[in-house]
Order: sequence, then structure tokens, then C-alpha cells
Amino acid sequence: MIAEIGHFSLILALAIALVQAVLPMAGAARGNAAWMATAAPAALMQLACIATAFGCLMYSFVISDFTVANVVQNSNSLQPMIYKVSATWGNHEGSMVLWVLILAVFGAMVAAFGRNLPPSLKARVLSVQSMVGVGFLLFILLTSNPFERVFPAPLDGRDLNPLLQDPGLAFHPPMLYIGYVGFSMAFSFAIAALIEGKVDAAWARWVRPWTLVAWSFLTAGIGLGAWWAYYELGWGGWWYWDPVENASFMPWLVGTALLHSSIIVEKRDALKTWTVLLAILTFSLSLIGTFLVRSGVLTSVHAFATDPERGVFILLLLVIAIGGSLALYAWRAPRLKGGGLFAPISREGALVLNNLLLTTAAATVFIGTLYPLFLEAIGGGKVSVGPPFFNATFVPLMIPLILALGVGPMLGWKRGDLIGAVARLKFAFAFTLSVAVVAAYISWGRSIFGVLGLTLAGWLAGCVLVEFGARIGLTRVGGGDVLRRMAGLPRAAMGMTIAHLGFAITVAGASGASLWQDEVIQFLRPGETLSIVEYDFTLRSVDTVQGPNYTAQRGIFTVRHDGAVVTTLAPERRRYVVTGTETTEAALYTQWYADLYAVIGKGDDKGAWTVHLFFKPLVPWIWGGTLLMVFGGFVSLSDRRLRIGAPTARRTAAHADPAAQPAE
Amino acid sequence: MTYITPPKRGRVATRKRRRLYALLAGGAMLAIAAALVLTAFEDSIVFFYSPSDLNKKQASPDRIKPGQILRVGGLVEEGSVKRAPDGVTNLFTVTDLKQTVNVAYKGILPDLFGEGQGVVSAGSLRPDGLFIATEVLAKHDEQYMPPEVADALKRAGEWKGVGENYGNSKENAR
Repeated sequence: MIAEIGHFSLILALAIALVQAVLPMAGAARGNAAWMATAAPAALMQLACIATAFGCLMYSFVISDFTVANVVQNSNSLQPMIYKVSATWGNHEGSMVLWVLILAVFGAMVAAFGRNLPPSLKARVLSVQSMVGVGFLLFILLTSNPFERVFPAPLDGRDLNPLLQDPGLAFHPPMLYIGYVGFSMAFSFAIAALIEGKVDAAWARWVRPWTLVAWSFLTAGIGLGAWWAYYELGWGGWWYWDPVENASFMPWLVGTALLHSSIIVEKRDALKTWTVLLAILTFSLSLIGTFLVRSGVLTSVHAFATDPERGVFILLLLVIAIGGSLALYAWRAPRLKGGGLFAPISREGALVLNNLLLTTAAATVFIGTLYPLFLEAIGGGKVSVGPPFFNATFVPLMIPLILALGVGPMLGWKRGDLIGAVARLKFAFAFTLSVAVVAAYISWGRSIFGVLGLTLAGWLAGCVLVEFGARIGLTRVGGGDVLRRMAGLPRAAMGMTIAHLGFAITVAGASGASLWQDEVIQFLRPGETLSIVEYDFTLRSVDTVQGPNYTAQRGIFTVRHDGAVVTTLAPERRRYVVTGTETTEAALYTQWYADLYAVIGKGDDKGAWTVHLFFKPLVPWIWGGTLLMVFGGFVSLSDRRLRIGAPTARRTAAHADPAAQPAE
Repeated sequence: MTYITPPKRGRVATRKRRRLYALLAGGAMLAIAAALVLTAFEDSIVFFYSPSDLNKKQASPDRIKPGQILRVGGLVEEGSVKRAPDGVTNLFTVTDLKQTVNVAYKGILPDLFGEGQGVVSAGSLRPDGLFIATEVLAKHDEQYMPPEVADALKRAGEWKGVGENYGNSKENAR
């Protein structure tokens, strides 16, 4: 019964979405206010229906309703509750329902909080948002019904893929999807603006917070995914330039560009057509990412089942959405008039350079990801493009990006003073030099790229701190004044500083991981000791332990440094009862500058075990830096100016600041 | 486009010049990207071989140089998995049921590695023909097979799989 309610709600949602896609758009074209006014209630109703469907699906998982095929295939009564819940989106059908749910949530936010948007813009935005919804609801209902029943019902389910039974991964898909789908807002606004033929500062003030929300969640989602890959897979890496990783990374790169170019539209009324194009491209890449991951073109843990019908359907959606929006762009974009002029050396110029580099980097990632598919399609044989390709293309593009990122915020709008800015960066130069010397000294003759990366990170951190210091008048005013200035700093500026610093720390972490990483593999008997970088690991015992739905071999290591016990590590090798698959659970000991990482492999019949130990310097910085970037995003989001359009306190902000009303 | 007042000379010039700068910057960026991509493609594309392909290639004058990175895939031959005396190097044979390649891999084999299962390994050939793997990707349970392996078996005429329904995971891979 519950499953049928869910299915019915989805069909209802599709009907509402169809109305919402057509009526407001037609109303906006004819100036019919009543038609336009249907958009908001429709968006709210659509959300209610999809939320009901999602709730029904989750309920089926929670009570382990094995008459539902999806539950049978992806859950088991022994699974801990958190994984029963996360199994809702840990499968193809459920994850698509989550996709449309988030899409509907964003639509409903515009409906609920967009009262001060011009009615025609609001109607068009909601209509475009709903068109995307129609496509995906059709996709779910026609090819991937999550509520299909099975008769007779089996006694128990087949278990969620054990690799996905992990707290990090339980929250990775929702985060990532809020990011992916969040860019639909920028897309809808861009399409609506193209139809209206108008992009202004008010438009940018609406687009920027939504982009910021999406960007922050996407950053968190990618970070979670990398973190999971790092500790769950037991191979010690955290980023592999795998096509599936790239699928989420491309929208991130272009989304980052969009975030920065919308600042120029907001503040300087320039780069409008470019920003609109970026908004279209970002969401297009999100769609391409969904296609790559969900269609089974790429084979990965994310491709739950490969069904050619689904691939063709998503490809069709892709062609319509991307082709249609780019055609509309080509037709309408020339009408958008450019605004403020600026010299090449200026804040705008620096942001343009940031945009060029980020989009070029995204393009190289795109080529590297799709080239093997392309070559195979034309019968050119099977090749793979791995980390060496991306190291040779992506990494060199990041060097000028980081160099420019240091100087950019120091330049003035419109016409900047490069020499003056560089002169003010004396401290940053000194700091960079000392970082370079230290890095080179420690790693002499090992990894030149690691030294380069750390030096760049040092430069960026130095510049960010100098810029922040100058803003709060560190060298000019007294202690109390500095604090007061810091408190009075716009949150957007604060967010920028935090996010840029986070980026510097992430760069340092990524470089450090390649700089001094060390590993040993050995066959070890209980009582024996293996050493890595001044740490001695003694294997005390290997025991069999019982988990809720698995049994595990758990190795207990005592870790000593100079004879003193540092910690105990307990890596496991789990065998999941239902599927019989084994997973490796690495054990980690994190210090501020490095991780100790232990993995236990198969044993032999004589009681010896393969042991793989890693010393992972600076890896914790990657996670710390990513968290800072996300935090920076949210701090910036709390800026007063951006609250126009964001849900909280919008009304008060609008009342307090009549100038913020969109000029209509 | 109608202007209420005719645009000033200087403004037009600046606008044009700005467009020129933007075009130049974009063009330069494209050129750099193209150069990077082309040079990287030359050095870093990794080709996939089935054991039959590899033996054919080695018999031809255009042999694979020792040290060149490539990928070899097929099934792990039954009864071929052994440990070298050091205890941590695994030795096994990859087969497409026609021909075979011997592989050595130092490290912990992936969770789903097993005899009779599909496997893809990346690494390079030693002059004596032993394949030194730096990475072993084992992806599969009974229903699933890495697409490269399925394809290699098909070409060797030994495919008895369960249709086209294959899938794998990078995560299973390590």
C-alpha cells in the first residue's frame, strides 16, 4: 500500500510539473498574471508529492518491506538502521528520486521566498526548473520505477553493497546531489534571463547565493567521496582521476568560475553573457555527470545497474537540455548589453583570468574523461587515461591560477595597480621563500612537484593573510581597532578569505601527500614488528570478530615511537554474510601533520598476514582545507547583501534596504 | 541598438580593445590547453591488451618496450595463484582461455580477486616476458565482468557470459 502511494505521488508530481512547466511560461509571454501566479503553488505541491514519494520509499526500506523489488535488491534485515535509511539512495532508482526531490526543494524555495522577484522572471524560472523536473520524473517513471513489487516476496534482501555501508558514504550522495542539482537554480535563472533579455545586478544577487549553496555542498560532497575512498578502499589514495570522480569535478570547476564571474555581474554589471553561458555550462556538466555515472557508460560502483534503455533516455534528456539551452543562448545572448569597462590589470581582469583558467582546466578534464569513450565508439581500441594525463594537463593550469589568486584580491576594481599590489606582498614573498626552502630541504632529491606545490600553497596562504591583514588594518591601527574592523568586515569578504585559505591548505595537503609518502608491505606473524618512518608497528594478534551483518578478521597493532606507545590500530578485513563480498577497513591514526594508515590483507595457513602500512604526510590537511572551503562558502552566504533571495531574514533585509528591490 | 547620445570615440576604442584582449587571452588559453593535452596524450595513454593480443604484439616487429605502461586483462587461471618466497609478492596467470600472461604483483590483492574471476592489471613487461603489475583491478562476482575482459574473451571466442550485463567498480578495484 505504502509503495503504491509513493508511486501514485510520483505520477501526480509529473502531472503538476507539466502544468508548472507550461502555464507560467505561457503566462509570462502573454502577460497573463493569473497564469504566472500558478507557478508558486505548483512548485510547492510538486515538492509535497515528491517528498511523499521519497518518504514512502524510505519507509519501505526502514521496515524492510521485501515485497518491493528495490528493497530486496539493496537492503537486508540485518543491516544497521543507518544503512537501511541510506540504502534509500544507495541504488539507482532511489538516487534518482532523491535527485528530483532536491530539484523540487530548490524550486519550492524560489516559490516560497521569491516574493520580491519580478513576477515574469519568477514564473519563467519556476517553469524552467519544472521542465528539468518533467524530464527526470519521466525518466524515473518510464525506466526506473523504485516501487516495483515482487511476488512472491523473498524472506530477506540481498544487502546493500558492502562498500556503501559506511558513515562517510551514507551522506556523500545527498551532499553531492544538493551540489549538482543546486546548479539548476543558476541554470533556470540563466534561461529565464535569456528569455527576458535582461541581466542586471539584481539578477546576479539572486543567482550568486544559490550558486554558493550548490558550490558549498558540491565541495563537501566531493570531499566526503575522496575521504571515503581514502579510508575505505584501503589503497591509500584519495583521488584517482577516475571518470566518476571527474564527473563531479567538472561541474565544480565551472561552478567555481561561475561563482566568481557572478561577482563581476553584481558589482560591475559586466561579463553578463559569459556568466549566463557559465550557468548553462555548469548545469550541463552536472547533467553530463549524471549521465556518465548513471547510464553505465562508465563502469563503477556508482553504476548500480547498466541498462541501455536508461542510458539512451538520459542521453536524450541531455541533448534536449544542453542543445536547447545553448541554442537559446546563441539566439538571445547578443541582446544582453555589456556594462562596465575595465582595464586588463584590475580585479575584474584577475577574475576573468580565474575564469579562463578554471574553464580551460575543466576542458582538459573533460577531454581526458571522454576521450576513451570517444575512441572506443569509433572503434579505436581500448585505452585508459589515468593520473599521468591529468598531472600533465590539469596541474600546470593550476600554477598560474594560484599565482594570480594571490594577487587578484589586492587589485582594485576597474583599474588595478599591479606594482603596488606586488609591493604590498613583501611578507607573502618572504613567507613563500621560507616555505620553499624548508620543503626543498626536507625532501631534497625526492619530488620536485611536491616542493613546487608546497611553495605555491605557501604563496597563496601568505597572500591571503596579507590581504586580510590589510583589510583589518593590522599594520596601521591598534589592537582594539583591529578587532572591531574584523567584526565589521563584510561576511562575503570573510568567506573569501576563509575559502582561499582552505584552498591553500588543500593544495599543501595534496602536494605533501605526494612529497613524503612512504609505504611498506610485509608478511607478518603475531608478535613481529614492522617499522615505517620511525614508527614501529607490532602485530599483537589477529582475531575473528562478529559485526551485525559481517564477520571480520581484526588485526591489533601496537604503534610505538621511540619506544613509547603512541596508539593501537585495528584494521579489519570484513566478509559480508549475505553477498559474501570482502571489504578492507583501514585503520588510521591522525596527527596534525600526518596519518598513519594500516591495512591487513589475507593470511596464509601458517598464521602469517600480509600487512600494508602507509605514512601519509599532510593528508589531514586535504580534509581540513576542504572543510574550510565549505565553511567559507557558508560564511559568505550569511552576508547581508546576499540574503536578498536567500530564505532567512529576506523580508527584513528587503525592508531595510529598499535599493535592494530588483529594479523593475 | 540605438544610443541616445552617439558613443564617444575613446569608449568605442576601449570596448574594441577590451574585446581584443579577451579574444587574445581566450585564444592563448586554448593554445596552451591544446598543447598540454596533445603532449600528455602522447605519453600517458595506456592501451589494453588481452593475452592473445599481447602475444601477437610481441611476435610482431613492433614489440612493446620494457617499461612501457600497459594494461592486461582476462581471467585469473584456476590454480595459478601463488606467493613468491618473500611472502608479499603474488604470482598468477591471466588467461583469455586461448593464451596466457604471467603476472607478478607486490601488495595486497583487491577484495574481489579470485581464481576464475575477471582481472585487469596495469604495469609493464620485464624483458623475460613477466608482467610486473603496479596495480590490480579485480572487479567482479559471478554476474559481473570487467567490460575489457568480457570483450577479450569474446574476441578469443570463449565468451559464455550471462549476456551484456556487466559492471564493475573502481572501488572494488583496490
